[in-house]
Amino acid sequence: MSKSKVAIIGSGNIGTDLMIKVMRTSQHLEMGAMVGIDSASDGLARAAKFGFATTAEGVEGLIGLPDFDDIEIVFDATSAKAHVANAAALEPYGKRLIDLTPAAIGPYVIPAVNIDEHIDAPNVNMVTCGGQATIPIVAAVARVVPVAYGEIVASISSKSAGPGTRANIDEFTETTSGAIVQVGGAKRGKAIIILNPAEPPLIMRDTVYALVEGGSRSLEELTAEITESVEKMVGDVAAYVPGYRLKQKVQVQEIPADQPVETLLASAEDARPTHQVSVFLEVEGAAHYLPAYAGNLDIMTSAALQMAERIAASKEDAK
Amino acid sequence: MSTPIYVQEVSLRDGMHAVRHRITPEDVKRIVIAADEAGVDAIEVAHGDGLTGGSVNYGPGSNSDWEWIEAAASVIKNARLTTLLLPGVGTIHDLKRAYDLGVRSVRVATHCTEADVSAQHIGAAREMGMDVSGFLMLNHMAPVEVVAQQAKLMESYGAHCVYITDSGGRLTMNDVRDRARAYRDVLKDETEIGIHAHENLSLSVANSVVAVENGVYRVDASLAGHGAGAGNCPIEAFIAVANLSDFKHNCDLFKLQDAADDIVRPLQDRPVRVDRETLTMGYAGVYSSFLRHAENASARYGVDTRDILMECGRRGLVGGQEDMIVDICLTKLAEREAAGA
Repeated sequence: MSKSKVAIIGSGNIGTDLMIKVMRTSQHLEMGAMVGIDSASDGLARAAKFGFATTAEGVEGLIGLPDFDDIEIVFDATSAKAHVANAAALEPYGKRLIDLTPAAIGPYVIPAVNIDEHIDAPNVNMVTCGGQATIPIVAAVARVVPVAYGEIVASISSKSAGPGTRANIDEFTETTSGAIVQVGGAKRGKAIIILNPAEPPLIMRDTVYALVEGGSRSLEELTAEITESVEKMVGDVAAYVPGYRLKQKVQVQEIPADQPVETLLASAEDARPTHQVSVFLEVEGAAHYLPAYAGNLDIMTSAALQMAERIAASKEDAK
Repeated sequence: MSTPIYVQEVSLRDGMHAVRHRITPEDVKRIVIAADEAGVDAIEVAHGDGLTGGSVNYGPGSNSDWEWIEAAASVIKNARLTTLLLPGVGTIHDLKRAYDLGVRSVRVATHCTEADVSAQHIGAAREMGMDVSGFLMLNHMAPVEVVAQQAKLMESYGAHCVYITDSGGRLTMNDVRDRARAYRDVLKDETEIGIHAHENLSLSVANSVVAVENGVYRVDASLAGHGAGAGNCPIEAFIAVANLSDFKHNCDLFKLQDAADDIVRPLQDRPVRVDRETLTMGYAGVYSSFLRHAENASARYGVDTRDILMECGRRGLVGGQEDMIVDICLTKLAEREAAGA
């Protein structure tokens, strides 16, 4: 059974971690080429050492590689701006693009929630690391009760945030907020990202808040139903991100009458939610490239790999 | 020779923490009118956590930033209307909206070691023609040389002014002196320096005065010290000392006193003062906005507020990590259960 060849554009932290995952853990994929713009980057050096085709000439360099025709799937781990140009340059060649930047040209994919919906899309977007960690939980709550408002707080160690993330923090918050609604199923979404420089570096933490309409259930019933759904979802994500876990029991509480939550809703006419759900998560990385604190890196590359595996598997089925 | 200073009134931004971001646009107008008539140079208006800080994590506002800013803009006459933006919470889109409502000055805030996330926002604010400051929060958490270099970065992105932002109220007077001098040493002559003090160690006025004596131009202060934790530098006390110290400003002491006592203090549902909780924040070096959240969590989970705050300090939490307060409580309860079992 032949594996699908992939190229990775972006030889920074994310691209390099992804390369290692393709080599070590993939069933249906194999490395074709590593593409950067800095010939001195660690990622390109490693790829060359492993014997993969490399280019420091960006997407044009990729298109010019002798084995370019064999590449089926291209991961883009550059930046939102660069992805727009890369996607345009690759458009005539019919490659499948998996976008790990917040450019969001294609539909959002969170594997545990909607991996089957976009298998045939020419370009899919993997949202953000914070989105990959939290949106499954928003969706897990939303399949039990209507979520009027979903909010996520992603705290990552400063060391795990590369220059691309740092220079484009608005794209993180805006893309994640959009996906909380579109994939998570909340009526309105808000995303917050915090960089913490503590030493030793802190493992990625994510907190999900959902303001929900509990209906006629008692607090106990509501807590039990939401907890069951969240725990199942955590298991589904942990299947492809082993370091993903629930850090505390799911908290459900009635929203105090004096809490002005109406200012958080999508529309002033929306019904006032009755309960607040709080879910505390931790994401420990597999330490393929950066150390274990960089769960943000791991969950992003693991999700992208998952998507590529599914695309490759469906191609094999079709053969 | 008198020393010129620029006084920014912050009770409608930092003071939002003290009232859990609940204030009517009518009260916003009363405060803006009083502060403006009392001669402050700038008035800052936003949710305590900056534009679009209204959230579950930081507390929903009683109103949107836009309603508050509109109210302020409708009555402000002389002072500069300003706001706060935390990259990672608010965005450039939010800043543009504030600009459209009349805001002409902004402070872009990052943790004291993460200045590079502010480049986009400082640049965008400059393009809009705004007065821009960098706000290096929890300044005590990094060594002097490090924060000075971060200040230099913010200057390089276009900041007109960079602040020593003592979010935890943890700096002593010697600390402030050293930081002011270190900023001055690395920044261009035309780049201003600001001080943002908190009263947690009862040093906010003293620290602000020391700052000015060491080259700081912009001073944050608020009516009745209305702000997070034990509050900010109380503007009426600071102006009294400024008069005695021959600092040059445009504020009227008695008008500020009247506004502090007659308008602002009656709005407080928890006294803003140095007490066991707020002193613990200064002592542990915890972000002052954690106070009300820690007290809420303490009431809900039965963990002493001071134990929560000390653990926040031990974990090295930074501004914005209010979610970890409940996490700390749940961890402590689990430890208690394990010990009792």
